Amino acid sequence: MSVESTEIHRSQFMRDVMAETPDGERLVHCLQCGSCGGSCPNGPDMDYTPRAIFSMIAANRRDDVLKSNTMWCCVSCYFCTARCPQEIPITETMYTLKRMAIREGKATEGDAPALARTFTGFVDKFGRAFEVGIATRYLMLNKPMSGLKSMGMGMSMFARGRLSLRPAKIRQTGQLQAIISKARELSKQERRSGGAS
Amino acid sequence: MKYAYYPGCSLEVNSASYDVSTRAVMEKLGLQLDELDDWNCCGATEYFTQDELVATSVIARNLALVDKDHDQLVAPCAACYLNLKKVDKLMCDHADMNAQINQALAAGNLKYKAGRVRVRHLLDVIYTDVGEAALKAKLVQPLNGLRVAAYYGCQVVRPVGEFDNPEYPMKMDEMFQWLGAEVVDYPVKSHCCGGHMTQLSEDMAFEMIRRLLQSAADYRADLILTMCPMCQLNLDAYQGRVNNYFNTNFRLPIVFFTQMLGVALGIDMKKLGFGKELVAAEPVIRAKLEGQAAGATA
Repeated sequence: MSVESTEIHRSQFMRDVMAETPDGERLVHCLQCGSCGGSCPNGPDMDYTPRAIFSMIAANRRDDVLKSNTMWCCVSCYFCTARCPQEIPITETMYTLKRMAIREGKATEGDAPALARTFTGFVDKFGRAFEVGIATRYLMLNKPMSGLKSMGMGMSMFARGRLSLRPAKIRQTGQLQAIISKARELSKQERRSGGAS
Repeated sequence: MKYAYYPGCSLEVNSASYDVSTRAVMEKLGLQLDELDDWNCCGATEYFTQDELVATSVIARNLALVDKDHDQLVAPCAACYLNLKKVDKLMCDHADMNAQINQALAAGNLKYKAGRVRVRHLLDVIYTDVGEAALKAKLVQPLNGLRVAAYYGCQVVRPVGEFDNPEYPMKMDEMFQWLGAEVVDYPVKSHCCGGHMTQLSEDMAFEMIRRLLQSAADYRADLILTMCPMCQLNLDAYQGRVNNYFNTNFRLPIVFFTQMLGVALGIDMKKLGFGKELVAAEPVIRAKLEGQAAGATA
């Protein structure tokens, strides 16, 4: 069967997701077999399983998908991707949905975007992940109770020399920042032009 | 053999025992590791949640930094390994991404030719490039009497699954059988530790950790061998909180496979970073190995 024969079933939302996901054109081949949801360690916690998400993407249910918790339950373990008989890049599609939900202001889960922002904020600045800085900043601003409960563990880690209070830093932070700025600029250009990835 | 070495941020401090044991073991095996100069964080999963091109470009900077004298880059961390491997593959397979990433790299006066560097995981290097005969020839302290669960986690074996089975990997099992250990069945060996989920939802994360500890306990493992700093952190540092949460009583040491391999090669445990884990490993290992030695002489 040719791919062209399914062309008419592609919703706008589906086109957008496909364009932003490497090898996203595989999405049209979903058989609705459910191997993905069955393989997912967090499937039971999801509003919709990945199988349902793919069918909702095809049906153009943009808001329902982007406001769901599904992609935020994804821990990038790639079991779904490894098992998908149609070779759909499912985990990468979850990343696309995370990005879209944040960009379009539809993310109902606030902690994961905050963690990502905090983490990359430190990497942008130092070129290395500064664990103590990331955990302290993220937990204090988003999950103070959880931070308190982790204090004992943190002290044990510190006592064993597993936490450093000083960030490591690369030499060429300027070079890294120039690369990041350029990449951001190119991404914005591409989204404005609505081009494929 | 010589390899460029990408330690990754976790190995600098919180999993320094993985770094020191990796360096000690590689030296003992006669393999040269040259740390990549001025490497930057791979971003784990966090840049991918925000911007794909930024994520891939940040990773590609490291590939571009590999000098002409090296064509292989070794990463011990699962997330670093996957990210480096994934970006090289994306650049090989997608001309448009290759062009865009190189455009971003050019802003830092760098470029990377897709496919030039072969990214490898440390386990693959030791299993394949050293191999059974050479490892057995260097075996000083057989691990007889020690029951280990070989835990692989996700991102080394999936989605690429380049050197082992993505569902039921065996390379670490085989390696420790060569060294005399009793490697227990561990049906959840490639299941997920939850990654950063401990920071997002403890309900979800602790259950993922519990399953891994429970299975190892069910198979009466003395300890769990890991090859990922995130897995070590989640199973070791959170073990106490998981016990409180489920009212369980797990006491399973979580040890990097390089630490245990180092013991087998006769390297002093002090030089392998033991003692940094929250659930102490050294007493368990000493008791088992000495018990076995006493049994053998009796």
